[in-house]
Amino acid sequence: MSLQPEDVLGIAELARLKVTAEEVPRYARELSAILDLVARMNAADTDGVEAMAHPLDEVQRLRPDEVTETDLRERFQAIAPQVRDGLYLVPRVLE
Amino acid sequence: MMWETVIGLEIHAQLATRSKIFSGAPTAYGAEPNVQACAVDLGLPGVLPVLNAEAVRMAVKFGLAVEARIAPRCVFARKNYFYPDLPKGYQISQYERPIVIGGHVWLELQAGERLRVGITRAHLEEDAGKSVHDAYQGLTGIDLNRAGIPLLEIVSEPDMRNARQAVAYMRKIHSIVRYLGICDGNMQEGSFRCDANVSIRRAGEQALGTRTEIKNLNSFRFVEQAIDFEVERQIEVLESGGRIVQQTRHYDPDRQQTRPMRNKEEANDYRYFPDPDLLPVAVDAAFVAAVRSQLPELAEARMERLVSTFALTREQAGSLTASREVADYFEASVRAGAGNARATANWMMGELSAAMNRCEIDISQVPVSPDALAVIIARIDDGTLSASMAKQVFEAVWNGEGTPQAVIETRGLQQVTDSDAIESIVDRVIAANTDQVAQFRAGKHKVLGFLVGQVMKAAGGALDPKRVNALMREKLGA
Amino acid sequence: MHARSVLELSRALRARELSSVELTQHLLARIESMDGALNAFITVTAQQALEQARAADRRIAAGTAHPLTGIPLVHKDIFCTDGVKTSCGSRMLDNFIAPYDATVVERLQAAGMVMLGKTNMDEFAMGSSNETSYYGPVRNPWDHARVPGGSSGGSAAAVAARLSPVATCTDTGGSIRQPASLCGITGIKPTYGRVSRHGMIAFASSLDQGGVMAASAEDAALLLETMAGFDARDSTCVDRPVERYASVLEQDLKGLRIGVPRQHFGEGLAAGVEARVRDALALYESLGARLVEVQLPNTDLSIPAYYVVAPAECSSNLSRFDGVRFGYRADQPVDLDDLYRRSRSEGFGAEVRRRIMIGTYVLSAGYYDAYYLKAQKLRRLISADYSRAFADVDVIMGPTTPDVAFRFGEKGADPVTMYLCDIYTNGVNLAGLPAMSIPVGFSDALPVGLHIVGNYFEEGRLLSIAHAYQRETHWHRQVPEGYA
Repeated sequence: MSLQPEDVLGIAELARLKVTAEEVPRYARELSAILDLVARMNAADTDGVEAMAHPLDEVQRLRPDEVTETDLRERFQAIAPQVRDGLYLVPRVLE
Repeated sequence: MMWETVIGLEIHAQLATRSKIFSGAPTAYGAEPNVQACAVDLGLPGVLPVLNAEAVRMAVKFGLAVEARIAPRCVFARKNYFYPDLPKGYQISQYERPIVIGGHVWLELQAGERLRVGITRAHLEEDAGKSVHDAYQGLTGIDLNRAGIPLLEIVSEPDMRNARQAVAYMRKIHSIVRYLGICDGNMQEGSFRCDANVSIRRAGEQALGTRTEIKNLNSFRFVEQAIDFEVERQIEVLESGGRIVQQTRHYDPDRQQTRPMRNKEEANDYRYFPDPDLLPVAVDAAFVAAVRSQLPELAEARMERLVSTFALTREQAGSLTASREVADYFEASVRAGAGNARATANWMMGELSAAMNRCEIDISQVPVSPDALAVIIARIDDGTLSASMAKQVFEAVWNGEGTPQAVIETRGLQQVTDSDAIESIVDRVIAANTDQVAQFRAGKHKVLGFLVGQVMKAAGGALDPKRVNALMREKLGA
Repeated sequence: MHARSVLELSRALRARELSSVELTQHLLARIESMDGALNAFITVTAQQALEQARAADRRIAAGTAHPLTGIPLVHKDIFCTDGVKTSCGSRMLDNFIAPYDATVVERLQAAGMVMLGKTNMDEFAMGSSNETSYYGPVRNPWDHARVPGGSSGGSAAAVAARLSPVATCTDTGGSIRQPASLCGITGIKPTYGRVSRHGMIAFASSLDQGGVMAASAEDAALLLETMAGFDARDSTCVDRPVERYASVLEQDLKGLRIGVPRQHFGEGLAAGVEARVRDALALYESLGARLVEVQLPNTDLSIPAYYVVAPAECSSNLSRFDGVRFGYRADQPVDLDDLYRRSRSEGFGAEVRRRIMIGTYVLSAGYYDAYYLKAQKLRRLISADYSRAFADVDVIMGPTTPDVAFRFGEKGADPVTMYLCDIYTNGVNLAGLPAMSIPVGFSDALPVGLHIVGNYFEEGRLLSIAHAYQRETHWHRQVPEGYA
């Protein structure tokens, strides 16, 4: 399985990772090697096999509709990179 | 060239739970930024979602109300994309296995026309936070209070063919969720949002045209205007040889046009996969039965009941059941009084409705209680008030002058009902207007109106004109 | 002091032969002088530890102590500790002071344990050698030129060097068992859902599980029974009573059926490792167990399946690290896109970025069926292999790793080489089964580990089987030179 530079850049875009032009070939190579490993899966016949999302054969527990969280803004925003007037700040988003 | 419009609506209704869908943080509107965003809502490392039972119940209620199928097992999936108001970098939603599948609603359109609109699915998901763009230079502020509030996304089949139908559908869903008590429907506060998918095709064609999506329409009026504009725009593009570009657009109410959005979700590869932090949700027959037993009477059923019980027309009943609160008011008023449903309906669709529009308030804020309205109607029925007097009383009560009885007494608005008193006034008028009396007796019957008018003037208007008329005729030997 | 078991220390503390403060001071001094060579610690919480030790001594004096009160421990730096840096071995969280405690931390603290510090780990738990940490590699106490294994390398080294009697750790594809094996200690990964993941920073949600490392099964048992159990804050945590593991350790092994998978003794297994493992199996036979050959035919497929599922889940789990609400933020971002890209690319190391890329790819449009869905189907086949085997045997045993601890950089050239280390361990995570590694000897003077896999929720049985071996042998008591 050989990944092309466009593939690498497309994935990086989706993942919001920065990949420089110099890094592209290395990523292409490494990721292709991993995908070759992964391609071994094709040796197995999985027709009619149900996908297993979880080891547990359980169903979701439902929680009662109650307010249990108090205002912890101060504590949580103490570790924030940039806040003002209680808002988290990011560079201006254009919509 | 005949064009056919195809419209589908996606409605996001915020469910009125006390706490968020995956955390125990509160959902109340209007709090200070980020005081209602707990660790789970902030997507802090290590925290995990736990599902709110009431959100599931509300989704099931909706499914039952639109006669949909409730999935016995449904799955939450992650919708992955980056945006600052989406703290985890993914939204927990439902993809391949939603909780509600299928269903339909009937719309009552103009001139007795009915339209069946199918519902493809409805699913649960979490709302994102809010961005504040204008507060700071070069920066956007993020408030995550809204992140994690449960949403029910309701997807219609593309069964609507014009903006009017789309609005009727939107109103219908709005009414249903409010009737069910699962959503307050407050569009200003963002509890009820609509995206419209619009495409056109040549009449007779089966294939759908390329569609555009108009996002975040938060009023019935905007939905109508936006769709009308978009249809015109698409027709123009195609008729001039162009192609419709599939894109998301937003509606600019100032310019009254749809415009392309700067796409936050360009390269829309959401990479959906089942959320491994949540297990499949089991909704068994017992659960559904329990929810069904708690369903309130829905608009349709109520309308039919009002028609059969109170002999209202379908139009009256339809109008009165458009909102659960209005229907409640109506029935309370009829029960409080002597049961004059027709009159109550007329008053509500007439005077009351006009006053509400004038003051721009809704039924819950109306200063005339159902009881008070019932009293006013009863006073007309027993002859105490003429129709015009009654209107005065209504206005007075509306303006806070007191109860109907108090107003009648204070203003002395009782019609003079004392027979002798009326008779003596009639006698006096007859005596004072001999020429007109003679004309009447000579066959000029129109003159009766003048004579009745004179009686009314003498009595200061507080008389039942029908009664005066009858008495006058009697006295004149007609 | 540092060579004594938790049970012995607990007894000594309650008999007031020793105070928690003395014990804590002793270990803090050892850490100070010896960790420089190992780099097992990211944060040493000396002040807090002494405060907790003093409180523990008071509690012991008042007679309200839990068996673990006053016993020191270390937490893998993947567990959130309120008010204490929690880095996951990453620059991305270098500045992250956790604002709450993980459930595991909460429960052990409630028992009165004393936290000495947070241990080093492969970045975001991705790795098998503890070479990917932002804070530098951890060295194997048995040979400083070699890796301790990963991702719980710091915890393993700390326990092996007796800098702490016990450690918490996590296992997604072998990250408890493999380092336990390479460092000659005992490690247990419980059944998926046995231990709460609340506060355990997620790598791969359907595979991650928190566990324990200690010098013996006896010590691990006490910790596990205190940590495990239902937690309403984790939807994947099972509501099922926790056995009193420490109380059921003494079991007769007569008639125990031990499954020996043919596929785990094939090509790639070092001769020295195989020899030690077979010796251990022979010992079990002498104790009354019976060896039965079993088949785990999809063993080879566990690696590709794992390297689809784990990266897929982690690519999504790590999206929350964006420089907005916590963690690393790139300096002076020019716009939002720059904020995201640079914060993430500067905050995450190479292995993490690789796995995010692979994960993003296998979930992306057009590839979901071929990769992710296929891997989830393989997962079912692999689980079915184990279920079938467990119809005939009570436990499954084999080597934990194909070879002993390797040298630094030996497996660095190509990521795939490292991934192949997990061959015996990651099928267990895919199936969600409980498993342990215990030391069973040495090859070329380096520790060899025996892998023991149990059926769902049979942690008690696993621990008692491990304990039976440790009653008869001394491997688990051996301490590396210089650390005695």
